[in-house]
Amino acid sequence: MIANELKKRALELLADGTVKRVLGWQKGEFEHDWSPALFETAEEMKGFVYGKYAGANLSKYCLKLNKEEGKTLVMLKPCDTYSFNQLLHEHRLNRENFYIIGVGCKGMEDQNGLLMKCTCCKGKVFELSDEVIDDEESRQPMPEVDRFEQVAKLEQMTHQERFEFWRNELSRCIRCNACRNVCPACTCVKCVFDNPGSGIASKANVTDFEENMFHIIRAYHVAGRCTDCGECSRVCPQNIPLHLLNRKFIKDMNELYGEYQAGEGAEERTPMTSYTLEDVEPGIVHERGNE
Amino acid sequence: MQKIGVFVCWCGSNIAATVDVKAVAEAMKNEDGVVVSTDYQYMCSAAGQKMIQDAIHEHQLDGIVVCSCSPRMHEATFRKTAEAAGLNPYMVEIANIREQCSWIHKDIPEGTEKAIILARSAIAKLRHNMPLQAGTSAVKKRCLVIGGGIAGIQTALDVADAGFEVDIVEKRPTIGGRMAQLDKTFPTLDCSACILTPKMVEASQSEKINIISYAEVEKVSGFVGNFTATIRKKARYVDEVKCTGCGLCMAKCPAKKGKNEFNMELDNRPAIYIPFAQAIPNVAVIDPEQCNKLKNGKCGLCERVCTAGAINYKQEDELIEREYGAIVVATGFQPMDVNPLNELGYAENADVVTSLELERLMNAAGPSKGTLLRPSDGKHPHTIVFVQCVGSRCDENTKRGKPYCSKICCMYTAKHAMLIREKYPDTDVHVFYIDVRTPGKNFDEFYRRAVEQYGVDYIKGQVGKIANENGKLMVQGSDLINGEQITIAADLVVLATAIEPDPTARSIGTMLTSSMDTNDFFTEAHPKLRPVESPTAGIFLSGVAQGPKDIPETVAQAGAAASKVIGLLAKDHLVTNPCVAGSNELLCNGCSQCEKVCPYGAITYIDKEVRGPGVREVRRVAQVNPAVCQGCGACTVTCPSGAMDLKGFSNQQIMAEVDAICL
Repeated sequence: MIANELKKRALELLADGTVKRVLGWQKGEFEHDWSPALFETAEEMKGFVYGKYAGANLSKYCLKLNKEEGKTLVMLKPCDTYSFNQLLHEHRLNRENFYIIGVGCKGMEDQNGLLMKCTCCKGKVFELSDEVIDDEESRQPMPEVDRFEQVAKLEQMTHQERFEFWRNELSRCIRCNACRNVCPACTCVKCVFDNPGSGIASKANVTDFEENMFHIIRAYHVAGRCTDCGECSRVCPQNIPLHLLNRKFIKDMNELYGEYQAGEGAEERTPMTSYTLEDVEPGIVHERGNE
Repeated sequence: MQKIGVFVCWCGSNIAATVDVKAVAEAMKNEDGVVVSTDYQYMCSAAGQKMIQDAIHEHQLDGIVVCSCSPRMHEATFRKTAEAAGLNPYMVEIANIREQCSWIHKDIPEGTEKAIILARSAIAKLRHNMPLQAGTSAVKKRCLVIGGGIAGIQTALDVADAGFEVDIVEKRPTIGGRMAQLDKTFPTLDCSACILTPKMVEASQSEKINIISYAEVEKVSGFVGNFTATIRKKARYVDEVKCTGCGLCMAKCPAKKGKNEFNMELDNRPAIYIPFAQAIPNVAVIDPEQCNKLKNGKCGLCERVCTAGAINYKQEDELIEREYGAIVVATGFQPMDVNPLNELGYAENADVVTSLELERLMNAAGPSKGTLLRPSDGKHPHTIVFVQCVGSRCDENTKRGKPYCSKICCMYTAKHAMLIREKYPDTDVHVFYIDVRTPGKNFDEFYRRAVEQYGVDYIKGQVGKIANENGKLMVQGSDLINGEQITIAADLVVLATAIEPDPTARSIGTMLTSSMDTNDFFTEAHPKLRPVESPTAGIFLSGVAQGPKDIPETVAQAGAAASKVIGLLAKDHLVTNPCVAGSNELLCNGCSQCEKVCPYGAITYIDKEVRGPGVREVRRVAQVNPAVCQGCGACTVTCPSGAMDLKGFSNQQIMAEVDAICL
């Protein structure tokens, strides 16, 4: 079983001093809600779990651990490795501070069944790892689906319908900031929304519409860097389909600048921050906006 | 509290006709910090500027807002005005109430309301302005000329004459450009080659001019005074130094099916060739598409016959990187492709030719050695029809050609008609025209000579169809003056084809961040007052790259561009723009996005100890080199944290402007 093997290997690496701590999962308040957890001793490792409720992407938690003395063992499912790799591209993590175990994944669940992000699985490839612990079943590909289907539906709507769709969805937002705090692309030292000097926070709170803008601004800020890990929608207590905003950007970028997956491979091309003579003219982007 | 002065300009009636300037000045008196607000007919005049200076002294102003034309027009003027009165020039803001307001509104209350909003927004920005100090940067004393036609050659000669080094980068194997292909030139009918080739020789012999032929500019970075260009010198498979231009290789080359580009593909040339006898450099080039040795390794004849040992089949492209203070765009033109205009039958009929093809057919160095013979059967044509405005002056919606007038066609058609009637008086020459446009010194006299002395038959009307009937080209057109449809049975039809910018212009424009119009002609910094400068500092425009023009105009503009280049290169230092970016290290998260978008390479990342309230650690942070930064602002909009900010256009200033308009 993967979980047992993981635990065994983590204990070995702790014991021989390769790593100082282990970033994994432990049981949470609910049966279906396992939380990210840090283990520093064999004793603490007794609480370690891995299985179908280990949906949380641990990449974001590495930011803080990057500053700690000694290596951290981090367990990354295939899709999580894209987030970790993207953070490496952005110089937010040092590779040598982490020992990465790639963990086989059969699709993660919550109380409602398969997670949204697992319904359009990125595949079973690990972008990076020091070793992989998986089994035959976890290597089987998930069924292929069109991840842009819902975005395409939104694009079919009239301006007014789309505006109302988002007004309705975002009206439930309680500004708990969970989406931002879990997002592996949201890595600012100080978020503009927390910085009074930026003048944005005060404006965003003035009316309910401005508060909705929080999500749109956030989508802009992570455009081109979002790996579509789906954590924003997974953690939203109000079930707002926030990933659709990011996915719209991804779809547009794919169509305008060619297929691109943030966090994939070595960083050779970043559609939003690189410029080539073949790039579409801004007018084409504008025309599409008027469709 | 700041003391702000507001000065509303009438611009004669340019602004005052659609904006109630007095009402604008009156309204601004109520804005926070405004201690004086007034209006004047011409604020940029000496009297207007003195009015501003007097107010600065009298009211001890900390900043001024001038409500006038676009800052591109007079921001520099008013900054100088303020500086002379002891005010920091960056405490001046311009509210553009002309281009963006009075010119586009017809209704006075509407225009006035907008002018008030724009003025208010400028005041809101000014409240956050800080005095800025300009620095200096050194000027690289070398000029790059892109394009080696008459425009590029003339600019290079003039710049070199002033003592500066010039590199001409020409994409073809020889300089000379389109002018080298022409037979005679209007209105004096002197031979094109006789006046061009001495200039080509002069350029090649100048110690200051370096001709980089068969080469293209691949990349340009930097800014005015400090450009770095990467030039790809394509492999010509011939050593330029060793080749003597003897032409033996051309005679021996067995692959003689290459289309002769210089003769507009009317005849063939060998795989190894010198484009024409007077080519500079007079060095052969191998066409890799034609050469058997390069294609399949079977030949090598030219290498064997070359006594100079100049042939090198292994030659590779060479990348040259050089620094320049100024760049001149002289990329020229090509005739538009007339194949899509089906009714003119260009694609099907060898005897329907373009005017540039006719130049080669009439040229002593052309395929028929200067005897006018029609391409299909080599016979002398007895009836020739010219069709003007082919692809020019078209309705943009029809997508059949260019909306503009190509300017040179009326004159060269008159020239062709006259030369043919002179040399072959037995030939009937008819010209279909929409209008005959002859503004230019001795131009109308020239055209009248064609009609009156040489009896050329000018028919006002357009051609609807050209059909081949038993070897005769039946030209159907309308004669508007006689009000009838006519058909002329012609032996040769000449299409006065529209000219369009060379296809490389678009990518060069993008490389230079130099703006272009919808037709891909380069845009001037000001259409009337700065016609040879691009809006991008340090980029100058020469010849047809900027718009259709004839040889005298091109030469005049080339000289004007050269004088602007000389003016720039004569300076040792340039005053830099103090509106540069800077990073707040406490907010920077080290993501490198700003570094990626910076077109000038002004941003680097360093590991640095960052100190602030509750923070003391080593972080990877962005640093801006103010000497290299051009203040484009790309980094500030890319930075998700708001750590990057631009002096003079800070996030705070821009938000204040937006708030003043929207709230």
